[in-house]
Amino acid sequence: MSDINISALAVGETLPERSHTATNVSLFLYNAIIWNPHRIHYDETYTTQVEKHPGVVIDGPLQGDWLNQVVLNWMGDSGTLTRFNYSNRRASYLGETLTSGGVITAVDPAAKTVDMDIFIKNEKGDVITPGTAQVRFS
Amino acid sequence: MSELISEDARSWIGRSGEPQRIEINRSDIVKYAIATEQRQEKYLKGDEAPPMFMYGALRPLVPMDELGPDGISVDKFLPELPLKRVMAGGTEMTFHRTVHPGDVIVATRSLSDIIEKQGSTGPLIFVVYDLRVETEAGELVMEERQTRILR
Repeated sequence: MSDINISALAVGETLPERSHTATNVSLFLYNAIIWNPHRIHYDETYTTQVEKHPGVVIDGPLQGDWLNQVVLNWMGDSGTLTRFNYSNRRASYLGETLTSGGVITAVDPAAKTVDMDIFIKNEKGDVITPGTAQVRFS
Repeated sequence: MSELISEDARSWIGRSGEPQRIEINRSDIVKYAIATEQRQEKYLKGDEAPPMFMYGALRPLVPMDELGPDGISVDKFLPELPLKRVMAGGTEMTFHRTVHPGDVIVATRSLSDIIEKQGSTGPLIFVVYDLRVETEAGELVMEERQTRILR
């Protein structure tokens, strides 16, 4: 994380990727702090037998946070996140390692804004949670 | 045109829920930052809330007997609809101000739309909510449009 100069940024430039491997412990802590008691995030027997998922489900909003962090960790205190959207297109299960990343899609030096596409990919390389973000540089 | 959405369900469009008032505290931010594996000191020390912290802070707090056997509380801010399985759809957020320990925020959710669509595996109903989060003094913090998909 370092100071970013908007005039040095170009469309197509990528943001650093990061891999995320959720564990039973990390999912427990996440669901505890967001106060989410849905059993598909910690009760494997229930999840596979009753809701018929292949495994414990990695929360969609947790992937949303990881998407956020692609942007936040890249820009540090050089800018502010102003807009963010994402959608969970496909479920992801405990044991999978996911990769987050992004690419710059627009740079507006006059407005001091940068737009980007951000993504969570599974191990096969499929984008399971796409999103977009806009940041404003100070 | 709309076979699944009754007139009664449609009458919910435009309604707002009870405003939710929340006091932001540092230890909740620290716990959230650890669980989401944040890397910045301001989040890990709880000086500032990561943007998505608000998602957890605004989740419903209901007594144990209002939780179903699946662990989910029934969202009463949803009309009677014939599809019951709920999936999180997309969400769009606009951030106006960061959140810090000691802030008192007020969040109001409105049901903005109910849309029927044909998915690849059958009919779907999209329920759209607009969330407006302000400080107690009325300063806008964030706005969010959430879509919930019923199948």
